[in-house]
Amino acid sequence: MTKVTMTVNGKPASGDVEGRTLLVSFLRETLGMTGTHVGCDTSQCGACVVHVDGKAVKSCTMLALEAEGAEVATIEGQAAADGTLNTIQAAFQEHHGLQCGFCTPGMVMSAAALLKDNPKPSEAEIRHYLEGNLCRCTGYHNIVKAIMAASGQDVSAIAAE
Amino acid sequence: MYEFEFTRPASVAEAVAALSTEDAQALGGGQTLIPTLKQRLAMPTTLVSLSGVAEMQGIRLEGDGPLVIGGAVTHAQVASGAGAYPALAALAGQIGDPAVRNRGTIGGSLANNDPAACYPAAALGSGATIVTNIRELAADDYFQGMFTTALEEGEIVVAVKFPIPDAANYQKFVQPASRFAMVGVFVARFADGVRVAVTGASEEGVFRWAEAEAALTANFTPDAISTLTVDADGMIGDIHGTKAYRAHLVNVMTRRAVSASA
Repeated sequence: MTKVTMTVNGKPASGDVEGRTLLVSFLRETLGMTGTHVGCDTSQCGACVVHVDGKAVKSCTMLALEAEGAEVATIEGQAAADGTLNTIQAAFQEHHGLQCGFCTPGMVMSAAALLKDNPKPSEAEIRHYLEGNLCRCTGYHNIVKAIMAASGQDVSAIAAE
Repeated sequence: MYEFEFTRPASVAEAVAALSTEDAQALGGGQTLIPTLKQRLAMPTTLVSLSGVAEMQGIRLEGDGPLVIGGAVTHAQVASGAGAYPALAALAGQIGDPAVRNRGTIGGSLANNDPAACYPAAALGSGATIVTNIRELAADDYFQGMFTTALEEGEIVVAVKFPIPDAANYQKFVQPASRFAMVGVFVARFADGVRVAVTGASEEGVFRWAEAEAALTANFTPDAISTLTVDADGMIGDIHGTKAYRAHLVNVMTRRAVSASA
């Protein structure tokens, strides 16, 4: 076992891990932060997306020891301390961007990464950016709508087909 | 995953030393290797991460070229930082998805030489030079068939030097589930001729389409190759497409790449 130390949602976090321990396992099992989900475990579905040093990554396909010293952001750090949802989360709620909710942590983290680089994305850019985030409930329209709304853009043109 | 030791050296020299351990394996961004380990298709004793090696970071332009890209540079960094070679930046921006591009590295992709990966087409199509810890290899000598390269045990791709062509373009027919190339064609026009490299299509991995290169060197238009064909024998045939389908796509994607770069 090796000690790994990182910052998670602004707070120091450390624990003993094996070489093969995945970042998502460290978050969920060592730190007990189960907001980050494991969907496919094959880096396809994006339910496990977190930010490492500001970049969206699939935490099921990164070793915990690779995050030594890194700043990690997860879904648990998105809402305010009093539980007030952030803009993206509130937009997902408002526009019904989730049904079962399993993919939502990854969707919200991917959306946050997109809006950081591209504050006013087009509908096509949002759909393209979410290529690595799968949702089996919504058909994506309401997720796209929520992200458009979170970026302060008009969503009336996005039809639910 | 089977158990392994993990080490994250800070220099190429330390990485080479760590890789001299029996059954040690280099780790780039892990976007292929970690899934492979999860399936227990590999059992390294030691995983040597290259992510902490400062010498393998960075993108720099030497004069008017080559563009030198460190082996540990991610696809996302190439997509945003290789503006001196727009076709290469565009190719990097089409690999996988955004999260994969934030981890996967050019050195890892070239060392793995997946027959459907994008970077082998860019390296071979550009006539790049693969710089390792011990030597420099021309792309023409480096790729030696599906998942096979000239790299020796423990040899690391430290950097890749890309000469910058007068015009270039990469056209990728995406296999929608994996986002790898069903067929991808990289076309580059230099003062002394045109290079055409094809990925995703052949059972031998990335290859140069010599007939198309000759025709396009004489006349750099899509029409110059409209009647050329590649032999369906030796193409990959699988549930995603037959050999004949891939052979057909090679011509179509080459013409599109020429149109887009002319």
